[in-house]
Amino acid sequence: MGEMQELSTFWFVTFGAVKVVAVFTVVMVVVAYMTLAERRVSAFIQDRLGPNRVGPFGLLQPIADGLKNIIKEETMPGTAAKFYFVLGPALAIMPAVVTFAVIPFAAPLPTPVGTVDMIVADVPIGILYILALSSLAVYGIVLSGWASNNKYAFLGGLRASAQMISYEVALGLSVIAVLLLAGNVTLTEMVWKQQQLGLWFVFPLSLAFIFFLISALAETNRLPFDMPEAESELITGYHTEYSAMKFSMFFIAEYAHVVTASALMATLFFGGWDIPFWPGDDMFRHEGAWIRGFDESGAPIPTTPSVLITLLTLGAFSAKTGFFLLLYIWIRWTLPRFRYDQVMHLGWKVLLPAALGYIMLIAGTMLVLDQLGVTYGMLYGLVLTAVSGVTTLAFLFFVDRDRVISGAHRKRTPRAGVTRPVAGTGGRPTSS
Amino acid sequence: MTDILFILFAVVAVGGAIGVVIGRSPVASLLFMVATLASVAGIYVLFEAHFLAAIQVLVYAGAIMVLFLFVIMLLNLGHDYRADLRYGSWSLLSLVVVGLTAGVLMQGFSGDLEADLLENGAAAAAAIDAAVIEKGAVGVIADPLFTDYVVAFELIGLLLLVAIVAAVVLAKPREAGKD
Repeated sequence: MGEMQELSTFWFVTFGAVKVVAVFTVVMVVVAYMTLAERRVSAFIQDRLGPNRVGPFGLLQPIADGLKNIIKEETMPGTAAKFYFVLGPALAIMPAVVTFAVIPFAAPLPTPVGTVDMIVADVPIGILYILALSSLAVYGIVLSGWASNNKYAFLGGLRASAQMISYEVALGLSVIAVLLLAGNVTLTEMVWKQQQLGLWFVFPLSLAFIFFLISALAETNRLPFDMPEAESELITGYHTEYSAMKFSMFFIAEYAHVVTASALMATLFFGGWDIPFWPGDDMFRHEGAWIRGFDESGAPIPTTPSVLITLLTLGAFSAKTGFFLLLYIWIRWTLPRFRYDQVMHLGWKVLLPAALGYIMLIAGTMLVLDQLGVTYGMLYGLVLTAVSGVTTLAFLFFVDRDRVISGAHRKRTPRAGVTRPVAGTGGRPTSS
Repeated sequence: MTDILFILFAVVAVGGAIGVVIGRSPVASLLFMVATLASVAGIYVLFEAHFLAAIQVLVYAGAIMVLFLFVIMLLNLGHDYRADLRYGSWSLLSLVVVGLTAGVLMQGFSGDLEADLLENGAAAAAAIDAAVIEKGAVGVIADPLFTDYVVAFELIGLLLLVAIVAAVVLAKPREAGKD
């Protein structure tokens, strides 16, 4: 039963088109309801009710918001560089909506004409495609900040470019740890490797997950890293001059990035569509057949895709992604904003060297395990988990001792002969 | 289909390259440059060089050009660059350079290469496909890079490091009381 029926070109194109439309629609709907969820959850966190008038529980609020944004007046500042001003939002939204294409969202679906992969495009470069396209996201922000011809917008744009480039480095380095363990860059294979390890990568690569989470927050410009917007400093930063649908497009782009980042965290570190403690859903394409794993002698164990497994795994993926969406909102309404120099300090002086050291550690541990002849499986994962766990604890201990969060200036000892303004408590109450 | 895409990417790449040179503002030139780089990445995808395409976008369009944009916006606001343009003998020199480069490329890509491709192209493509299935799209490049060419690779890394350190030293403002 393990034999698979390949799709003919006609069905491949047809299913491809259906998947593109379906995934795009779902992402857009999730984005719309993220705006509602953000307002409702923030209201609960602040002991308010939030928007609950439009439809039951306010569920129709996104539709009302969308309608409002479409019929509002499009303002155009007289001194703006008009072409770039219009181009900005378009460039911002483009990378945000295409990056979801390489994320597998369920186990393969059997149909009468062949098995359909539940991924829009299983390109051989996988995660690199996401990194490449999301690195283009900064153009929309920088250009619109510059084209607005407004000091606040311009500052927001400059901050965005510095911040997004800085954290791209830390993001890439945290992904490298995953690549080391997965051995390939396609996301389907990463899910498969996590199923084979018997452990989600968040355990053997716990510190990489923390780095990824922090960098993803910074890359999506969400609090505590929303320096490009920073309402209390820059009005609303790069989109100060935008109104109506152009303003809305920045919002859609930001939330689409959040959705992609959440799905990516679920896939890279939490097994993707894998259902925990149940090997029955493990599925991978191996030499023209679907397999569930390898037995003692290394022979592949065949498996058969089923509609039920597809639906269950889709549910698992949605639950994991949904949790990270909630986490994003939760973090935003819990943590205060960093100061700009703190953001740069954290990115370059903490995350970059720590991530480099961590990669060396993981690579070294894997080398030792490979030399000892430990096969890729539970024991392999547990050893890495132990090493990572100790490193993570040490990292958290030193980061806190380093006062990264409470203020970078506190670490500097005043030089003789240089007068400095008296440093504040930097956000953390101190008794001394 | 592939031909249509190739023509599309090629037109955007060449048009963008022309746009870089004749663009009226530095920002316009820069965006033309990004369009050119992205189109070249598209052509790489058509050649099934996916890794190269991703790195092209990630490194050039996504990082280096953003830094260019950063610098242009910081330094060139309201600055009239027209006075810096050099004509006369310089344009003659650039024409010579373009001509020579085109000549070398024509030499390299005509005759022998075409015959060689017709003769061995299919076998080489099959070998690459097999290697991609075995090692993955990145492994095919990583393997020789970290085995056969590891010394050259490390030396380039060292060179870049030296350049970075030099840039930091040059850019660092001299503090009062020091030197």
